[in-house]
Order: sequence, then structure tokens, then C-alpha cells
Amino acid sequence: MRPFAFVSPRTLDEAVQAMAGAGGNARALAGGSDLVDQMRVGRRTPSLVVDIKNIPDMQRLEYIPEDGLHIGAGVSCTRTGEYAPVVEHYPSIKEVCGLIGSTQIQNRASIAGNVCNSAPSGDTIPPLLTYDARCIVVGPNGRREVPIAEFFAGPGQNVMAADELLLEIVVPPPPANSSGRYLRFIPREEMDIAVAGAASMIAVDPASKRCTTARIALASVAPTPVRARDAEAVLEGQVVNADVIKAASDLTPNATSPISDVRGSVEYRKELCKVLTQRTLEHCLADLGM
Amino acid sequence: MEQTIRKAPLQCRVNGENVEVLVKPWQTLLEVLRDELRLTGTKEGCSNGNCGACTVIIDGQAVDSCLTLGLEADGHEVTTIEGLADGAELHPVQRAFMEHGALQCGFCTPGFIMSAKAFLDKHPNPTETELRTGIAGNLCRCTGYDKIIKAIMSITEK
Repeated sequence: MRPFAFVSPRTLDEAVQAMAGAGGNARALAGGSDLVDQMRVGRRTPSLVVDIKNIPDMQRLEYIPEDGLHIGAGVSCTRTGEYAPVVEHYPSIKEVCGLIGSTQIQNRASIAGNVCNSAPSGDTIPPLLTYDARCIVVGPNGRREVPIAEFFAGPGQNVMAADELLLEIVVPPPPANSSGRYLRFIPREEMDIAVAGAASMIAVDPASKRCTTARIALASVAPTPVRARDAEAVLEGQVVNADVIKAASDLTPNATSPISDVRGSVEYRKELCKVLTQRTLEHCLADLGM
Repeated sequence: MEQTIRKAPLQCRVNGENVEVLVKPWQTLLEVLRDELRLTGTKEGCSNGNCGACTVIIDGQAVDSCLTLGLEADGHEVTTIEGLADGAELHPVQRAFMEHGALQCGFCTPGFIMSAKAFLDKHPNPTETELRTGIAGNLCRCTGYDKIIKAIMSITEK
């Protein structure tokens, strides 16, 4: 590994100063499951690594009913997935925390790290898109909020400046009478990168049975994780049944621009979007007792 | 806050003993354990978090030591395969692997045993499916896993 300096700040201010002082060549370290490997193979060569795990603000994991879920950048997937309010209110987030990488990875890696790595295949990202999560970014010019749907700029690219840090992800409270689900397709049972992934979140008015909110997000089928807005529009306002689910799912490829690679072809990935979306929507309906 | 491009002190507990060692910031925990502390029971396989041969336990949780920088262990409790046995008394997971012949070449075994120990500490009564998922981060290229699963299941609470 190319030599680098290492700091482990105890406060957010210290971390911001360290990032600012590195001339754009610092990298924040959360779980390290991406960064350490990237440094080992020379894909990233920071002059300074800033371990953010000892900063109390980065270890915040808190659910406030009127405000939502705060997931600090250093909180591991294991801790997030076991947090009772996540289990209760955000089933798709709980799901992805238990399927990204191995147990060893989940014990270190954070959702914020997965977001900052900005891979099109990041499993934690589609559920965040369906809940309209916000990224709280801090840097030398203060603090700003970026909606997760505007965070990604391409494979491995995002809107954060080199001297900025992702402090936490805020996930708004889910709508009443809603459920969210995520499914991915991998050739193995565990430990693989999604050929395609789909998250759905729908809210249904209990009286009219009509869908009041629909969110569908897809992974591994475009340069960034994407919302399938055409499909969402089919669901909203409708009584969701098998026909409506099919019609919505069939439109998901509109949002995609997949590549053919060793994991799957363009056509296969588009077909997976339909199938996975259909199944996640069926699971959501089942969760809602419909 | 000091930025260290040379060696920095790492203070942690390894297998119940206080350790203080100078490490390079770019040394992984795996390298620190093997090259500085001479604890060579922990193995290097893929070096990228796929095979789990380097699994150690930090504060009760299984982690890939190849993806952890040595300095990240500062202030933490690290357990390696060398720290499992109680004197001459093998840990139950070690004994189960031996009694079931759950290894051939043995290279993956320390990682499997550390993963299994951490898993059983948290899930003393798993189903076989839960166990297989729990240790999916460890690869074995000899056994086909069957004996490993049987060994670990033999010591679960029935």
C-alpha cells in the first residue's frame, strides 16, 4: 500500500480541519471494506486517511418519529440492521444491512460508506432512494443537505467535494400504512454483486385502498442507482392489484441504461428489473395485508 | 492532531494481553498481527474480503483483518485463533473441527473457527441455513463445507 498519514479525530471540527488541510487528497475511512482494498490495489492513493469512527456525531443512530432516522456515517450495517426502529419502520433498510457483503463486512461497513463509494450496485442505496433520504454533508464551508436522488454523478462519482465529509444520512419517517422491500439477483446465495436490484416502497390509504405514495429504485442497471419514475406514476392513485403491479413493473426498464458484462446482458438486466420490482411490490402488498 | 506518515503507536489488547507496538499507518491489522506480533495463525488468503481466512474478532465481532488498518484497532480488544484455547483446553469450536475432521489443508480453518465462534456467541441455537448465511464470508476450497457445518452444528444448543 502506498504510504499515507493517518488521523483519528475525536470531534467533527477536527475531522473537517484534517480534510481541509490535505489539499484535496484526503479520504475518509468508515468501515474500510471498500477503501482499504482500493488503496491496496492502487485505485486510490490518498496522502491522508481520516478515520471517522471515533467521532460521536458519526456514531449517531437515532429514530425520532416526527423527524426520521439518523444514521451516522460510522454506524456499521450490523448495528443499523439490528436497531429496533429500523426493523419496525424500514424493512428494506434492515434487509440490505443483512445482505451486503459477509458478516465480517457488515460488522465494519457503514451505509454512508456504501453511499460515498457510489457504486451503481450499492445495495443500501435503492432503499434510501425509496424513502427520500437526505445526505448531510459537512466541509470547510459548513453544512449542506443533498437529497439522495441528487447525490450520485456516475460510477464511483458523487457531488461531494474532495474536502467534504458525509456526516449522516437522514431517512424521513415512512408514510402511514406503508411498506418497503428490496430484492437483488445474484447467481450465488450470498457474497456477490447484484446483477440487478430493486427496492419498492408503497403507501396505501386504508379506506380507499388506493396507493398514495409509490417509490421504486433500481441498482446495477445504470451509471448510478436510479428511481423508476414512470413505474411509480402508474401505481400512485390506483388500487394496487396484480394488473397494476404488472403494468408498473413493465415500465421500470425506461429508467435504466444497463451495460452488458460478465454478470449479465442488457436484455437480462432489463428483464430482472421487471421481475424484481413485481416481487417487491407483491411483498409490500402482503406486508400491508392486501 | 498529529498526522503520522511514519510509524505510530498502536495500543490495544490482543488475546487478553495489553500490546503496544509501532506500526505503519498503511499496515493492515493482518500485517500487524502476523509481521509485528508474530501471530501467524491468522492467514492471508484473497486480501480483499472475499475469503475470510484473515478473520479475527474485534470487540466480539468477526472482521476481515485484511480490510482493517492496524491503527483502527487502537483501544480495542482483538482476539485471534491463538487466543481461543484455555491453556491446553481447546475451545469447543476447535474441538468440534478436530472431532469432525472439518478440514483438509487447514488454511481456511482459523478464519472459519473465528467466524463460527463469533456467530455462535450471538446465535447459540441457529438453523443450518442461518449458520450457512452467518459464515458465508469464509471460503473453503477443500471440504465442500459439509463437515464444517456438521462440526459447528454439533455444538449448538439443541
